[in-house]
Amino acid sequence: MTSTKETKKHTAPIQVQTLRKSFGKQKVLNGIDLQVAQGETLSVLGQSGTGKSVLLKILIGLQPPDSGSVLIHGQEISGLSLEPLNEIRKKIGFLFQNSALYDSMTVEQNVAFPLERHSDLSETQRKKRVRELLSTVGMEKDLDKLPGQISGGMQKRVGLARALALSPDILLFDEPTSGLDPMTASEIDELILKMQKEENMTSVVVTHDISSARKVSDRLALMRDGRILIEGTFKDLQESRDKFVVEFLNRDSF
Amino acid sequence: MAISTAADLRSTHKASQSGSPCLVIRFFEWFGDLGLFCLRILRAISLPPYEVREFMHQLDELGSKSLPLVALAGAAIGVVLSLETHDSLVRFGAKSLLPALLLVSIITESGPIITGLIVSGRVAAGIGAELGAMKVTEQVDAMEASAVDPHKYLAATRILACVVMLPLLTLAADFCGILFGWITNTLTEPISLQLFMARGTKNVTFNDFLPPTFKTAVFGFIIGTVSCFQGMRAKGGTEGVERAATSSVVLSSLFIILADVVLVRLIQVFFP
Repeated sequence: MTSTKETKKHTAPIQVQTLRKSFGKQKVLNGIDLQVAQGETLSVLGQSGTGKSVLLKILIGLQPPDSGSVLIHGQEISGLSLEPLNEIRKKIGFLFQNSALYDSMTVEQNVAFPLERHSDLSETQRKKRVRELLSTVGMEKDLDKLPGQISGGMQKRVGLARALALSPDILLFDEPTSGLDPMTASEIDELILKMQKEENMTSVVVTHDISSARKVSDRLALMRDGRILIEGTFKDLQESRDKFVVEFLNRDSF
Repeated sequence: MAISTAADLRSTHKASQSGSPCLVIRFFEWFGDLGLFCLRILRAISLPPYEVREFMHQLDELGSKSLPLVALAGAAIGVVLSLETHDSLVRFGAKSLLPALLLVSIITESGPIITGLIVSGRVAAGIGAELGAMKVTEQVDAMEASAVDPHKYLAATRILACVVMLPLLTLAADFCGILFGWITNTLTEPISLQLFMARGTKNVTFNDFLPPTFKTAVFGFIIGTVSCFQGMRAKGGTEGVERAATSSVVLSSLFIILADVVLVRLIQVFFP
């Protein structure tokens, strides 16, 4: 996945322009410009605390930006009221850093939750769909377990199944492999690749796991001080002579 | 990673303000936020889709599971009132007034306020901790990301359940208080339940019974709203959850007592 897909500005499902966000006096995002083309996977890299997750949350309207523009399928989402924003959210799947499964619900209920509210499926069809989704991520045997009874890697799988429930065309991943052993992390990477291949989804992956980013992404963007320092293929980043880029890439042993 | 740092930054920012003379501003800010929260809840309640199944679940969770505790507290109040008033009334030769005194004091004040405070302790802590934990583990965000309004699904259902269940729980507390008041009384001076109730209800009207019972719906609103509000603004991990749970109990208990003062006066004016 190292070839860059052509980015056409007018068709890009995700367009971010001069995005700024501060918490108190701390500028977390300081003028971010990004575009992600249809079917493309962009990985956003950076040190902890550089605002990568904040960027993702702004993309789905969980946090409002201070200024700048976020266009999802050409529609500006900042300042939208709840109903139109929810319509956009239905087209976006979000895998949270710690999976964020509802801990009072079983695995099956977690995945069924968005379907119960936003689909016209009958109960039988819904159950079938939930089983299909859980089968896709290899979790069809743990339907009745609570999130607390399964491992972190399994929780990520269930989180991914839940994110896919409404057949979104955009997927946002917040540190999909963090806290996982290398084998499980690799399995999650494979699942992301499988989704991209089968569904042609547009994805943004926030991570500091370079090997994972290299594996699943078409393009990478490295953030520093609330800005995109460099953007391009992994090869472009490798060829950079910027001291920070070189240090960042060399820090990860792959 | 960035989220936790951003949250830290926010808390640092708040912490830097805490020592400043902005305490009054923050006090009014809290009430302003609470007002906006109430508006969001009203909007969530009034617009479909309605989360009927979750509401029923909360009725069971908050209501029926509080019943044993409320019944026990009501019974204890009945016993204590009976014991305390018996000797005093005997001294003044007004022993026959005990049923009326017990009944009136339980249904007008002791039953409602004890129910409010007991439910505040059990339910407010539970809601504050549950929603606080959901907030800090991003489950509330996950719900929003799934295009489900957490104000509707999590908060409105719990607040409505509290409003509906409090008057019902008060009835249970009243019943147990009167029953155990009678049992206590009859152990020293046997009196039939029928006679006890006849003497007790002789001068009691619906105005003595209905307004104090239904005022607990306001207590329910306070418990539900304050605890959901505190839970959904929790931040900072386990410590944040603990703060949300504690402040939910403390604030809802305090507001219940303050509201009771106002409500008692209003009932006296409108239901003389």
